[in-house]
Amino acid sequence: MAIFLTKESKVLVQGMTGAEGMKHTRRMLAAGTDVVGGVNPRKAGRSVDFDDRAVPVFGSVLDGMEATGADVTVVFVPPAFSKAAVMEAADAGIGLAVVITEGIPVHDSVAFHAYAERHGTRVIGPNCPGLITPGQANAGIIPADITKPGRIGLVSKSGTLTYQLMYELRDIGFSTCVGIGGDPVVGTTHIDCLAAFEADPDTELIVLIGEIGGDAEERAAAYVQESVSKPVVAYIAGFTAPEGRTMGHAGAIVSGSSGTAQAKKAALEAVGVRVGGTPTETAELVLERLAGPARPRTE
Amino acid sequence: MDLYEHQARQLFEEYGILVPRAEVTDSAKEARACAERLGGRVVVKAQVKTGGRGKAGGVKLAADPAAAELTARQILGMDIKGHTVGAVMLAQPVEIDSEFYVSYVLDRTQGRFVAIASAEGGMDIEEVAAIRPEAVVRVPIDPFEGVPRQKAAEIAAAAGLPDAAADTLAALWNVLIREDALLVEVNPLVRTARGEILALDGKVTLDDNARFRQARWDARDETQDRERGGLEAAAAAKGLNYVKLDGEVGVIGNGAGLVMSTLDVVAGCGARPADFLDIGGGASAQIMADGLSVILSDPSVTAVFVNVFGGITACDAVADGIVRALDSVRLTKPLVVRLDGNNAARGRAILDERAHPLVEQATTMDGAARRAAELAHAA
Repeated sequence: MAIFLTKESKVLVQGMTGAEGMKHTRRMLAAGTDVVGGVNPRKAGRSVDFDDRAVPVFGSVLDGMEATGADVTVVFVPPAFSKAAVMEAADAGIGLAVVITEGIPVHDSVAFHAYAERHGTRVIGPNCPGLITPGQANAGIIPADITKPGRIGLVSKSGTLTYQLMYELRDIGFSTCVGIGGDPVVGTTHIDCLAAFEADPDTELIVLIGEIGGDAEERAAAYVQESVSKPVVAYIAGFTAPEGRTMGHAGAIVSGSSGTAQAKKAALEAVGVRVGGTPTETAELVLERLAGPARPRTE
Repeated sequence: MDLYEHQARQLFEEYGILVPRAEVTDSAKEARACAERLGGRVVVKAQVKTGGRGKAGGVKLAADPAAAELTARQILGMDIKGHTVGAVMLAQPVEIDSEFYVSYVLDRTQGRFVAIASAEGGMDIEEVAAIRPEAVVRVPIDPFEGVPRQKAAEIAAAAGLPDAAADTLAALWNVLIREDALLVEVNPLVRTARGEILALDGKVTLDDNARFRQARWDARDETQDRERGGLEAAAAAKGLNYVKLDGEVGVIGNGAGLVMSTLDVVAGCGARPADFLDIGGGASAQIMADGLSVILSDPSVTAVFVNVFGGITACDAVADGIVRALDSVRLTKPLVVRLDGNNAARGRAILDERAHPLVEQATTMDGAARRAAELAHAA
């Protein structure tokens, strides 16, 4: 069943005709994703050939949805145009917008998040690798050949750490992996994914990857205690990051005593979530947990 | 990017917020002339991007132009929490009746900017919030409504500020939006003995992502670079995502999360990371060569750890990059390389074939970190 994305999902790509859009649309198709169209007002009516499939280009998200029944859009448009692209998708009433674009001004993302929320559109990202349901569909840039379908659900702020954990646990496989993005403001949160994985019968165990900055992991810990019965294993990056410096991700910055890796680890461990010291150790904890007797998490 | 106080002051003035008359200079002699133009008696304020200037002796009152020169000479070049004072601002002193606090700041959890206001200004707002939370008002702002005068008046009233402070709140919102700021803060906002509302000190942080539509930023960047260390400036000039740290193991990786994780794993092996360098996705040979040359030029580095997981990035391309870097940069320190994921076998073969005596490969991230730590300590 997986979360947010299945083989039934019909996917539009905003910015499909750009270099990144072309490259990743080809990859998404190769992974079995039902990419039903691209969106570009200047190239409407044409189509783009990807190996054995011609994908039509629509003038707007609404046109694409009406013609194809699309319910997911993946946004590759440049930062200057991302706000308009997401708002257009929300206006059209699409269910899920996956915003891959990196470098969107925060005022723009604050605006499109508020707008999408009012229109009932779920946003994943921005500045994220997207999500993959192995064996079914891939919406974004996560490599599809790292692992296979399985029973682990994964939610992460970081792209490469997602890939690393998928690789370490490739023999077990994953239900869905969601990269929620490393920006200060993101649409779908760790908590949203925990809730969805908890409800997903295909997911047996949840891997949560966090990093310094903000308090999303602390809030996720509180949510795990209240509402998650499935085992959760976590990894946090950034124990050695200096205070007040941006560490690659716009959101990865420690301010004063808040947002530290130590605080996040402590909050998660306090509710019975095991936290690995390295990605490899985290994978070992997952294997241990899956091999052990199925018992409810003790508080 | 954080602005200096004098840059924030100038922005506030452009948007119609009252500020004290002031001038900025990097010379003590010039400070005397500034003081003369400002009426003789001035406050001399160190321009550094850190708090606690007052306690560190970076803010002083000078009674006349001669004293201003003397004070400026003392403050210029002073070290405040690792920041060297490169300039001073001289401002006309203000007779204060009462002090307030106002700011707009991003609330990551709500995904909104919030107005924060308090009638207890002049001190650390986090301290006020901790001791007397009821004295600090927080109002989330709808991005599509903003802060018109009416909304500003409501915020001012809720915080117990005089109604005239609403003009400041409305103007400050315009600074936030039009300048693409992530933070605008006035502390203290004061009412003078003559009843004027004046922004006495301010902090502005601009959103680096908005650079493409903010034409005035490049000039500000030059001053930014002056404060930045030599290696970071060199890396920035090459467009590298580089942060200098204190240790001895140079760290290069792809992706912010993986690089942060690498720093942690290195630290877990008992070594200290010397830097953070994210070569990003699809790293080219050029980026690898540039990155290696920056890291090798850091005298505190005694070993380098290249940690790449090939997702989108192909490991053979990374290996090609390392080999080409070895041709253009003279390797003087041991290099431990861990390649995994996409095309890892081909990447490892390329490095094996090059067989550079200072390049070692490891198959796991933890193993590679241990080896890099050993080599760093053996040096």
